[in-house]
Parts: sequence; C-alpha cells; structure tokens
Amino acid sequence: MLELRAITAGYDRRAPVVRDASLTVAPGEAVGLLGPSGCGKSTLARVAALLHRPDAGTLLLDGTPVRRWRHRAPRGLRTAFGVVFQQPRLSADPRLRLADLIAEPLRATGRREEIPARVPGLADTVGLTGDLLTRRPHEVSDGQLQRACLARALVLRPRWLICDEMTAMLDASTTAALVAVVEDYRAATGAGLLAVGHDQILLDRWCDRTVHWDTVVPTGKEGARPLTPVR
Amino acid sequence: MTERPAVLSVRGLSVRFLLPGGRRVAAVTDAHFDVAPGECLALIGESGCGKSVLASALLGLLPANARTAGHAHLGDLDLLTADERTLARTVRGRRIGLVPQSPAAHLTPVRTIRSQLEETVAQLTGVRGRAALRAAAERAAERAAFPADHLDRHPHELSGGLAQRAATALALVGEAPLLLADEPTTGLDRDLVDRTVDELRRHVDADGGRALLMITHDLAAAERIADRIAVMYAGRIVELADAGTFFGAPGPRHPYSRGLLDALPDRAFTPIPGMPPELGALPDGCAFAARCGRATDTCATLPALTGSVACHHPVPAVRDLVTEDIRA
Repeated sequence: MLELRAITAGYDRRAPVVRDASLTVAPGEAVGLLGPSGCGKSTLARVAALLHRPDAGTLLLDGTPVRRWRHRAPRGLRTAFGVVFQQPRLSADPRLRLADLIAEPLRATGRREEIPARVPGLADTVGLTGDLLTRRPHEVSDGQLQRACLARALVLRPRWLICDEMTAMLDASTTAALVAVVEDYRAATGAGLLAVGHDQILLDRWCDRTVHWDTVVPTGKEGARPLTPVR
Repeated sequence: MTERPAVLSVRGLSVRFLLPGGRRVAAVTDAHFDVAPGECLALIGESGCGKSVLASALLGLLPANARTAGHAHLGDLDLLTADERTLARTVRGRRIGLVPQSPAAHLTPVRTIRSQLEETVAQLTGVRGRAALRAAAERAAERAAFPADHLDRHPHELSGGLAQRAATALALVGEAPLLLADEPTTGLDRDLVDRTVDELRRHVDADGGRALLMITHDLAAAERIADRIAVMYAGRIVELADAGTFFGAPGPRHPYSRGLLDALPDRAFTPIPGMPPELGALPDGCAFAARCGRATDTCATLPALTGSVACHHPVPAVRDLVTEDIRA
C-alpha cells in the first residue's frame, strides 16, 4: 500500500505548491491522477517516488512511514520505485548509449552481473532492437528514447511505478505501445501504478480508477492550517 | 474548393541529408500537396517521420548538409530555390508566419513580451513612433487573446498557454497569408490544446485568404480544426484525405492511417506493431510493409500516390472519396 496523507510540498516553504494532498494506491492497483498544468500533480508524484521531501504530511509504504527522501532514502525503498518522466531528453544522460542507460540502475546498485541476463530481454520488451541500443540519445527519436527510459524504470523490477506524463510528448501509436508495456509488466509482477496526466480519455482507459486533483486536495484549506513538521 | 489559386503548392518536394561517410538520410521524399485559401491542412505522423524537416524546408531553415529537390510555390515564389536574402526579407514573418513548437524556447528570455511585439511590429509593418508602436503591439496582443496586463512580463513569468499566445501574436503581426504551425500543442493539457488550435482556426476563418498548415502528432487537435489531413510515413505522404472522411466514416484508407487511429485511447488503443524504419536505410518497396497486416509480395515495389492513397491494397473506398486538388 502506498499512502500519501495530508502532504504539503513545494519549493518554498512560504508558498507550497501542494497543500494537504491525500492519495492511496493499493498493491497491483493502477491509479490515474488527473489535473491541469501547474496544479502540483508532478510535485506530488515526486513525493510519492521519494524524489522530493515534503514540508509536512506522511508517506506510508506498506504501513511504514517514510522518513528519508532522495539519496538519503534507504536503497531498499528507492529501488522499489520505477519512475518515468515527461521529457525523455531531460531525463537521459546524453553521454550514455541506450544499452548503458537501461543498465545504469543495475550498475548503481552493484548488480552489474545481472546486466547480460536482464537488459537485452527488457530492450526487446519495449521494442528497442539491436542497432538502436548502441546509439546515444541524440541519435534516436523522442519515442525511442522514452522506450529506453521506460526500460530503465523497469530494470530493477520495482513494486511501484510512477509515470509522470509519460506519453505527453509521444504520438498515438507509441503511447499505446508504452502503456501496453507497463500493463504487461504489472500483470506479470503485480506492481502498483500512479500515472499522472492531463488526458482524461487516456487515464480512464489505462487505469483502474482516475482521481481528479480537486478530490486529492481539500477545498478551502489554502493556508488555513499551520504547517506541521515532518516527523 | 480551389477556384482561387492555392496559397502554398508543393510539388515533388524531397529533402536529403548528406552525412559523413557518404550516408544519405531521406527525410522527405516526393511530397505533393496544396493548401488553399481559408483551408487548414494537418500534416500528421509519428515523431521522426520528417514532418518538421518539411516545415524547415519551406522556411529555408535547413542545415547546410541538406539537399532539396522539387518545388514549393508560395504565390509566384519558389521557396526551395529562393536565396537567403529573399527568404529573410520577404518570406519569414511576412508571407509565412511560424507558430513554433516550444514558445518558451522561441521567445527571447531576457525581454518582455511588449518589447518583443513592438520590435516585430516595427520590423514587419510601416508603423513608426513610440506611441504608435505601443498601440500596434497592444492590438497585436489582443488579436491573439494575450491579456494586456501581462505584456510587461518576461517569458518565464508566463504559463505555457500564455507563452503560446504570445508566440501566436508574434506570428500574426506580419499578416502572412500562410500560417505554419509546427507541433503547436506539444506538452499542453487538453483544454489548452483546444484553445490554442481554436485560435489558429479563428485566424484562418477571420480572413478568407489565409491558410494554415499544421504539423502535429496530436490527432485530436487535427480532428478539431483541420479541413484535410495529410498522413506522413517515413518521409512520404501516404494519404491525403478530407478530415470528415478520415476521422468519421468510412475512415482512412491507408493501413498506417487506420493503425494510427486505432492506437487512440478512445478507440482500440492498440499500437501499430514495430517501429518506423530508419530514414537512412529505407526499404526499396513500401516502407510500411514490415508493420502492415495487409502486406503481400507486391509491397516490395514502391506504391505511388494514386488518388488519395499510396498503398498497393488500400481499404476499399465505400464511396468516392473527396479527392480534390491532388494532382500527383
């Protein structure tokens, strides 16, 4: 169970982007989070993925409160999450060949020896074939690079997937292909999914349930409560 | 639809990139289409199919290693053979208004929207004098529904939607007969996409002589405003169809076009298997054959664009399709 309870987060303590947001994703469940640009949904997704420390509120992972975020989070928690971002160009190291990009999480966690067994099969799953794996990001299209970024998110077999506008830059066919890869992975592993986006038709089709931003954040609470520090 | 001459008439346009080692990338091959006054033509296709290269070719903005062939007539001027001086002084901004893909990257970050609009007005129109420029810039902003109280802001202080309107306002200043929108809605949310394309459509409708060529991979945006659809695959236009026929019944005829529509989440949501071929290593025959469920031995030869579709075995037309102004 991934539980966000009354999360307040932002980039300036005096003006938080997210106030008192609460959201729950059950194991194996796919939840779509729908909201307009700039509403703070990506910030909330970053909190859920342990990438952004909230100013207040609690993140419970299988009933245990998370106390540390980013590089301070224990490895066992960090590797439980796979994250795919909106813009593959900004989330891929331009110096890495696609094969190394996909293998990087294995290297970073000292599981180098698993690379030959894991990477080729996974690359095939996301539709990347031989020649493409030897190229660097500037030599492939956005769609091909996002396929590699999805493979990178899956390489450690995470229990939770956070997809932040994963398909916003992609054409219809690539969108459908990447969603199918995510769903196949979830069917095989029982991983939970938080998919953030602004396309209701897509999220309704993809997820078990779609929650609108308005229902995640209580109305009339803006600035009404003093901030409580993270315990 | 075309009693009046087309605003833009593209005939056999090809673009090749020459790479080190003698490699050639066929980014655009033998494109034929017209854009009539008052018409919106949407050019759709997967990313990397050559759509944006086509736009760059029309504006003379290709890199030095590109070679073009064919013609692209804007009135009596051939855009492909025009020299840089002509393009810079009479075409860009004046005869073709560009609505860019990423307004945030297109606007000058260190100057206010007002100052950029005033500069553009001074460059492209005969307006002179500070007070007159200020008034003209405010009128230009109003035309693109850009709020006057945001004129003194810098680009980073604007939301994506407002930045898009600022870029549209700049594109409209020169009263260009052809608006060229290159992925104008990438990364915007659905409401903003609708508003942005509606505004583009409004500028075409407001003055019957203007035409819009919109390059996009957003099929919903194309369906919303386009009169006709051109589908591009691996550098070639494989289908040209009336928008109503394309999105409604009987639907598109090329298997690729049908695959694109079937990938939409409100339709079958099934991807087209595989990925597009590399533009540097295209097959001799139909480039789509490897991914096509209808492919046969004849697909080893290149299908010509006959009527409205370039395929050896298109889905049969239920009735005669509207195939005006395709003189392939």
